[in-house]
Amino acid sequence: MEKIEDKNRQQEEEQVVNPWEVSAKEGGKIDYDKLIDKFGCQRLDQSFVDRVQRLTCRPPHVFLRRGIFFAHRDFNDILDAYERGEKFYLYTGRGPSSEALHLGHLIPFMFTKYLQDAFKVPLVIQLTDDEKCMWKNLSVEESQRLARENAKDIIACGFDISKTFIFSDFDYVGGAFYKNMVKVAKCVTYNKVVGIFGFTGEDHIGKVSFPPVQAVPSFPSSFPHLFSGKDNLRCLIPCAIDQDPYFRMTRDVAPRIGYHKPALIESLFFPALQGETGKMSASDPNSAIYVTDSAKDIKHKVNKHAFTGGQESIEKHRQYGANLEVDIPIKYLNFFLEDDAELEHIKKEYGAGRMLTGEVKKRLTEVLTELVERHRRARAAVTDEMVDAFMAVRPLPNMFD
Amino acid sequence: MGYSKDQLLARLKELQIEFSQYEHPVVLTVEAQAKYVGNTGGFLSKNLFLKDKKHRYYVVSALVDTKVDLKVLSQRLGLGKGGLRMAPEEALGEILQVPLGCVTPFAVVNESARHVSLLLDQGFKSQDCCIFHPLSNDMSISLNSQGLDKFLKSIGRNPSYIDLEANPPVGKDQPPDLATFVPSDSPVLSDLPEKTPSSQDSTGKSVGAATNSAAVTAKAVKPSGNAQIVKEKPVDSVRPSIPAADAGKFVEELLDRASALLLSEISEDSIKQHGVQLGEVANNIKKCIGEDLKNLATIFKNTAYTEGFHAGTRYQPKRL
Repeated sequence: MEKIEDKNRQQEEEQVVNPWEVSAKEGGKIDYDKLIDKFGCQRLDQSFVDRVQRLTCRPPHVFLRRGIFFAHRDFNDILDAYERGEKFYLYTGRGPSSEALHLGHLIPFMFTKYLQDAFKVPLVIQLTDDEKCMWKNLSVEESQRLARENAKDIIACGFDISKTFIFSDFDYVGGAFYKNMVKVAKCVTYNKVVGIFGFTGEDHIGKVSFPPVQAVPSFPSSFPHLFSGKDNLRCLIPCAIDQDPYFRMTRDVAPRIGYHKPALIESLFFPALQGETGKMSASDPNSAIYVTDSAKDIKHKVNKHAFTGGQESIEKHRQYGANLEVDIPIKYLNFFLEDDAELEHIKKEYGAGRMLTGEVKKRLTEVLTELVERHRRARAAVTDEMVDAFMAVRPLPNMFD
Repeated sequence: MGYSKDQLLARLKELQIEFSQYEHPVVLTVEAQAKYVGNTGGFLSKNLFLKDKKHRYYVVSALVDTKVDLKVLSQRLGLGKGGLRMAPEEALGEILQVPLGCVTPFAVVNESARHVSLLLDQGFKSQDCCIFHPLSNDMSISLNSQGLDKFLKSIGRNPSYIDLEANPPVGKDQPPDLATFVPSDSPVLSDLPEKTPSSQDSTGKSVGAATNSAAVTAKAVKPSGNAQIVKEKPVDSVRPSIPAADAGKFVEELLDRASALLLSEISEDSIKQHGVQLGEVANNIKKCIGEDLKNLATIFKNTAYTEGFHAGTRYQPKRL
């Protein structure tokens, strides 16, 4: 999606974060503090992590412990209600633009699975095949096909079928869902949506009318087969922070049509292999680790393409230590190495120059290979029938068990 | 547990098979039976329950006047000259589930007699009224061979009649003509509960063996989930209280057993080696494979749900 010319000039100096584009200031990395400020969401501090641990009686997910999910809106309201015995439901989604998923795509799903297990709540997953059809100019059939393929990888993350409803927009939009879409659309002026998403006079009307589609899964009445009679049920949306604009709009509209505002819990961006400033791109397979990569591919990519903070020579490295700020293997380990103590140890030794880049890369390769292997095994067990079952419009009687 | 006389009679009526029934005091021989039903116009049958050296069983049912030579029959079945014997009394109760003196072609209705071969005298075909015991010695029923056929077909048996008096040569160039009547499966007598402890052990062992076991058990997971189901069953039959749907609890149970098994297996040497850290070992194993096993269990659950769902909605029209 192209941006307006003047908007570009204005924002030349600033970073750009919206659902279709994420880029840092020239040569720098994303400034998350500024982002939180600009968007108006809250930092997720340690007290939240402790509270989650207390309420769920299990160790908090690695993404919470390491500050990967670092920002929120109204998460405290969700926790307050939960403590009072009021449940909530989860809503997340994926735009199925490509068949190959990389690790960055899995992150919100891995976290959502943890939330589902820890809080014992139901989940709806939206596949925005219509969005990709419009933005990426795919055929309707192709985007539907990609949606089903992506659904298999999503299911492989380990969601419980008795508590999860996956739907594609092309299949599900209509009925109560569409009624809510119209209610939302009536509350957002054309100027507003241009302001939030940067549409121009050249953009087709499909794009302009899309935002309500992503907004209404936040309202339980959009799913009468699941939440009939539970109009008061709250919604928590785990997502990457670039999706915030959709839900800012939704939160603005919600009280005007008599619904709870959805709560959000937002994550950092997953850096490309080449470093924070690089862009993860579907056209460059070496910019990311894909779930279809073999152990050999992973080893090669980590060794040859991961941007490191190690010094140029061993002597210099021993003297100055590694630059942990830019080191990609350390950042990736931050995401995926479960053991806090081991990560601390590696950071310390590597930062002091006692551990070499090669060792860190080796450990990362092990961790990533295990992760991808586990995912592949789970993916192999997902059949078309299973996708049909997850996507069937059916009641979920045990969704809060 | 076996089919009863009343159940059989009801079934015959259900299938609209014409028969006449005669009640009489319990009889153990054909001669005794003849005293009561010999002048009904029907033809009495003699029924032999036989066994070969490989513990395969046969019911030979013939008109009383048909000559049945066990030696000839044995050769025709390909069992050699002395291959057929009368079956022991216990087998009567265990396999045919009828009392002494009550062998009858109807006995093959029982599940336990699934693998018993039935040889019927072609002589029955020319008579309208053939007399058999209906699973009990205090009654005889008379029906024609078509009625008998109808009943046998209804329980999945293909009735075939043979000339029991024939004595064809059996040799190098003449294969035994009744060879097809030899049962191919060996009779299943062992009970499932007996098998349970050993397979349960192997489940526990494979779980507790090493962290690599997660990879091994995972490989057994196929789309239909059958391998998992076989492993799961023995566990369930021993401890039916395991909630099948909650993957977390299911795994806790498996892990408790795995660590219990592991701890019990640790010998004195390893105690010397690790000392107090044995508890550590169990905890580490729990930590290492806990998540993996939960994921496996979730796959299992999703697969089971999918199969049920698929079956239940097969006729639902698809939304266009």
